[in-house]
Amino acid sequence: MASSAIASNSTSFINQKDVGLSAFSSQPSFLIQNSRRRISKKIVSVMAPQQSERKPSTTGSVKNAMTMTEKIFARASEKPQLSPGENVWVNVDILMTHDVCGPGSIGIFKREFGQNAKVWDREKIVIIPDHYIFTTDERANRNVDILRDFCNEQNIKYFYDIKDLGNFKANPDYKGVCHVALAQEGHCRPGEVLLGTDSHTCTAGAFGQFATGIGNTDAGFVLGAGKLLLKVPPTLRFVMDGEMPNYLLAKDLILQIIGEISVSGATYKSMEFVGSTVESLTMEERMTLCNMVVEAGGKNGIVPADSTTHKYLADKTSLPYEPVYSDDRARFLSEYRFDVSKLEPLVAKPHSPDNRALARECKDVKIDRVYIGSCTGGKTEDFLAAAEVFLASGKKVKVPTFLVPATQKVWMDVYSLPVPGSGGKTCSQIFEEAGCDTPASPSCGACLGGPKDTYARMNEAQASFDVYIVFFLLVCVSTTNRNFPGRMGHKEGQIYLASPYTAAASALTGFVTDPREFLQ
Amino acid sequence: MAASSALSSPTFASSPTRHHHHHSLSPLSSIELPNSSKQPFKPLISHPPPPCHQPQPQRATATPTTSTTSTTSFHGLCYVVGDNIDTDQIIPAEYLTLVPSRPDEYKKLGSYALIGLPSSYQTRFMDPGESTSKYSILIAGDNFGCGSSREHAPVALGAAGVAAVVAESYARIFFRNSVATGEVYPLESEVRVCEECKTGDVVTIELGESRLINHTTGKEYVMKPIGDAGPVIEAGGIFAYARKTGMIPSQSS
Repeated sequence: MASSAIASNSTSFINQKDVGLSAFSSQPSFLIQNSRRRISKKIVSVMAPQQSERKPSTTGSVKNAMTMTEKIFARASEKPQLSPGENVWVNVDILMTHDVCGPGSIGIFKREFGQNAKVWDREKIVIIPDHYIFTTDERANRNVDILRDFCNEQNIKYFYDIKDLGNFKANPDYKGVCHVALAQEGHCRPGEVLLGTDSHTCTAGAFGQFATGIGNTDAGFVLGAGKLLLKVPPTLRFVMDGEMPNYLLAKDLILQIIGEISVSGATYKSMEFVGSTVESLTMEERMTLCNMVVEAGGKNGIVPADSTTHKYLADKTSLPYEPVYSDDRARFLSEYRFDVSKLEPLVAKPHSPDNRALARECKDVKIDRVYIGSCTGGKTEDFLAAAEVFLASGKKVKVPTFLVPATQKVWMDVYSLPVPGSGGKTCSQIFEEAGCDTPASPSCGACLGGPKDTYARMNEAQASFDVYIVFFLLVCVSTTNRNFPGRMGHKEGQIYLASPYTAAASALTGFVTDPREFLQ
Repeated sequence: MAASSALSSPTFASSPTRHHHHHSLSPLSSIELPNSSKQPFKPLISHPPPPCHQPQPQRATATPTTSTTSTTSFHGLCYVVGDNIDTDQIIPAEYLTLVPSRPDEYKKLGSYALIGLPSSYQTRFMDPGESTSKYSILIAGDNFGCGSSREHAPVALGAAGVAAVVAESYARIFFRNSVATGEVYPLESEVRVCEECKTGDVVTIELGESRLINHTTGKEYVMKPIGDAGPVIEAGGIFAYARKTGMIPSQSS
């Protein structure tokens, strides 16, 4: 494996660790999993004494050093100083819910606070139907109605409603995928606390805020009280430096990291992303990075706010915000360093997001479909990236290629933005010429399977012909975030998680393909 | 769901919004043990517990109260699963249209618990047509409940009759949801009990002593204490606990 992660020699990190990756490539992945697990348990046990008193430094400034996440917790709990492990009541700036968990959260709110209770703040709740929208499933449709009734009753300011399921464009308020909508509508702001009834709420950490997923009961509590009891997480730091190669995307970076630390490597921890590469990423790429933090078990992901952040937010929010930054002497559980210029396009093989492999080593894996969509890989820049590969190839896809823009805005971008180097063609035109499916109505789509009639759901094997042999396959290359058994529908479905570059390249060949086959 | 019970007379803690069934609870004396039960159980701890592994269970209250779980125990058949059982396997996404706070849909969720496990699990957790399982204790490996934040996951297990899960470790949102809803006790083992127990083994969990006893193999295991999360689950979740301890006023409307 060409990755290189070098342990920091800096004494400001309590846990100096040589991950010993020189032995990495020669060991079968099962052994690596176990040794990684043992390593991470060892780290936790070494860190347990961290709660004890640190010797006061001569300057007196060290004892106040906090990480970004600790600072956000401190401010939100109105405490001057916090350490990992402390339980505090945190004031919530934004609570988000959607059609799958909203009704349950509302039910709990009413049951516990009273049928006539009012929410704590009608402007701090954002309700976004997005999961099971374009379906005939009656319960799914009913769940959107439940949201509407509640929003009317409570006069909720931000409800991105949909009524006409046959034509998403006929719904001016409807947005689509909640995490992308939150960003596009300016609800993500540096330094704030955002909780959502969805595991990928961590996406918003890209804006330098604390954002994490919670369940219905916690959300019901927040609806009434506006605060929640949370434990301050310790932080893992990921330093990424080096110029981003033109065949790599943020998806490859996060797959690299998850493959490194495993699906439980960041459990209960914060993942902080810094370094020159991170600074060069756009907001959407930072969102992709933070989006899959939960796939490593992480509590939240976080990227320091900078001019990129401010520029993005300038036309989206008028609310004031105050970014926070980790102190120089803040304590991190461990630090991982990556030289991004040495990384290669990756996939996560079935059936785990940490089942990392080089895309080029999977070139013999025959696939039967490609899915480009979701909060992870269905944003505007994800589609631009896919279009770049199709443009470079000029050929047609060999397998059904499903495109599901995350939001109405993304859908419109796909149909209007010119793709660089194409002589003014839009993504949609390039997709059409390449033989992809028509971009679908924006929603979460088949990322999580959903009701049986969900567009692009993995329901049955596609027949695929090769000389005289018929293959029945259920193998998808997807820009989504999870590939556990049955994730996209069929239990036997095999899902290879990949970047939009890799997904597009794979569509063109009918096999898992490294995008360098098409990009210089 | 989680109900406190003595070994000899199962009692059901009921609340207006939850339906509890404990089909699998029965007095120890009526269980046919495969081996002669004349030998005393030999406490077997395979390795010394690892040093100070801090699982950081979520604590819903700042004030510790005397544990009321000293006599709580669960007894029944166990169902064993492996590592990284994610929420899609516990309750596939297509069933998420069911709203857990609605009693009839709560029950339906229970009937789909663990239906997402791959076919390599030949003995299924529930047979088609059943709405609760004969297995009341789940034994798992690492990172149980990883994946989505869906509260439907611990709810489905609780609705299906699971009293407790004994796993090597948990994903945080699942752990938090289990405590907040009070649906299942998320207990942590010190060793890989998923490799020592088989589906169908008869087990007892002595909650106050943090002990897991496998009657079929005759082995016992120490678990990590549930700590402050215990009284929260016993009360029926964070709201019930908060009212019981006076943290928030009792509902008057």
